[in-house]
Amino acid sequence: MAESPFASRGASRIWAHFWMVLGVILVVFPVYYVFIASTHSTQTILRPPLPLLPGPEGLANYGDALSGGIGQIGGVSLWRLLGNTTLIAVGIAVGKIVISMASAYAIVFFRFPLRMVCFWLIFITLMLPVEVRIQPTYKVMVDLGLIDTYPGLILPLIASATATLLFRQFFMTIPDELLEAARVDGAGPWRFFRDILWPLSLTNVAAIFVIQFIYGWTQYLWPLLVTNSNEMNTIVIALKKMISFADAETPWNLVMVTSVLAILPPILVVVLMQRWFVKGLVETEK
Amino acid sequence: MARILLNDLRKTYDGQEVIHGITMDIADGEFVVIVGPSGCGKSTLLRMVAGLEGISSGTIEIGGKVVNALEPRDRNIAMVFQNYALYPHMSVRENMIYGLKIAKMPRAEIEERLMRAAKMLELEPYLDRKPRALSGGQRQRVAMGRALVRDPAAFLLDEPLSNLDAKLRLQMRLQIKEMHLRTGQTTLYVTHDQVEAMTLADRLIVMNAGIADQIGTPLEVYERPATEFVAGFIGSPAMNILTVTVSEGAAILPGNRRLPLPGLPGAGEFRLGMRPEDLRVAESTEGAIPVELRSVERLGADAFGYGLIEGTDVPMTVRLPGNSAAKRGDRLGVLPEDGRLHLFSVATGKRV
Repeated sequence: MAESPFASRGASRIWAHFWMVLGVILVVFPVYYVFIASTHSTQTILRPPLPLLPGPEGLANYGDALSGGIGQIGGVSLWRLLGNTTLIAVGIAVGKIVISMASAYAIVFFRFPLRMVCFWLIFITLMLPVEVRIQPTYKVMVDLGLIDTYPGLILPLIASATATLLFRQFFMTIPDELLEAARVDGAGPWRFFRDILWPLSLTNVAAIFVIQFIYGWTQYLWPLLVTNSNEMNTIVIALKKMISFADAETPWNLVMVTSVLAILPPILVVVLMQRWFVKGLVETEK
Repeated sequence: MARILLNDLRKTYDGQEVIHGITMDIADGEFVVIVGPSGCGKSTLLRMVAGLEGISSGTIEIGGKVVNALEPRDRNIAMVFQNYALYPHMSVRENMIYGLKIAKMPRAEIEERLMRAAKMLELEPYLDRKPRALSGGQRQRVAMGRALVRDPAAFLLDEPLSNLDAKLRLQMRLQIKEMHLRTGQTTLYVTHDQVEAMTLADRLIVMNAGIADQIGTPLEVYERPATEFVAGFIGSPAMNILTVTVSEGAAILPGNRRLPLPGLPGAGEFRLGMRPEDLRVAESTEGAIPVELRSVERLGADAFGYGLIEGTDVPMTVRLPGNSAAKRGDRLGVLPEDGRLHLFSVATGKRV
């Protein structure tokens, strides 16, 4: 790595590190504590002071949760919930990428009547919060018989104005000559997309996949509305259901286990795709 | 290989005509350069031939077939773009054979054509590199190679050398000439650089604001420019062009000097053109055009004196011998060589 232009020395460097370390501790400590709590029994968690080191109950807690020992959510195993959530998050992310790429491709590379009207319609939907249209959406899902199904969980969330805009901006940086060279080479619209546009978009796709995966993973309101059975819950909904108003009825140790397991997949996705993700956000390779 | 016919070709953008009817017969194997200043419509004309721009009226025939309604790929042409337009994610090899793969050519033939082109352009060591790992000149050669492997009816080149430095430009110019001689392909070449135009072309189209001011061999265009625009555009340094009044076998120059010029047609106001290289320095300013030098540029073999006609602000450029002692402030009398004058109509700009 090159020397940063802001590189400093001596006291100011120590000072900068002090603040950064403080910041990291502030952010990481609660997460660390969730992990610690997931290895203790509920009694230990509820009785102050809170221990700072892992306890002996870890294996038992994780075993319980994964094998369906949590009564508050109908005894559904966490595997099932993690599977549901993964399916939904991947479905939403992939769906958003497919739809937004297709619409951005149409808007940037094709001349058709009302093209700009279409663009502005998409743009305007950015200004409507999801909650505004949640009731009609729910009605549509009921009429289609999609309550308590995966399509019902995924479909209403796969249109994305933000991703469309991002792809549009990226496509507009593709030089016209590249398209023209492809036309002279005999590539039709489909081949141009597949052979040239798609490979050049990969870093952007990765960045959008990461963002949308996490968006899908953390969905709360919509899964809450559209699912009735415990089997169809997402992990976030399950977490909410476990927590009751009375501390005594809440299996805090299992809540902590669920939290840890809910955090892991998004972290994994970010870490695995980090290189591409950052590339997609900061540079466009041309 | 093919003959290209342009027949009264016109292009209109939003009701504004930008190409005003171009007609030309390009022979099979001819190297035609379209030259003109930026915004004259030369690239538009080329792109119309390529099929990247629509045709508002008129026809284009390539190899005896009207191609107006055909997509670029069906016109059997290959194009080299100014910024090369290489596919950044493909290797040199993939870049060059992409078109052939789409055309579903047998693999063995693709390979053979690739290797032939790569050899001609000395690209063999780079076939597996990505464009970003190549220098400007190498990228340019890949773009040429991509056109070459297609063995098209016509090559279309849109300012292919303008992104290269001067030395490389010369080298590539020679290579393009060489390639044309070897393949004998009909070639249309767009440039704003008159050196490229003069050295490469079998024939030139000099474009001015959407009109082909002159179509002819480089020498014709240089010796007998058809319009004042062509006269001023072709030749370096540019031709001296001044307004004169002709009467009784003499031209009245700015500053009211009489320059006896036998054989002038008609009388009245004209634009008189004299190339700097067609002027010689007279022994005195008597009976010659008196020029007061403002600066002298020495190029070694030659020197160019830039000055004003005495007592006016009409600029004059004169070619001087390389060892001339002339310097700023000198007064020179210059005379045009016999038969090296160009006279243009003031109203139309056309040669008289």
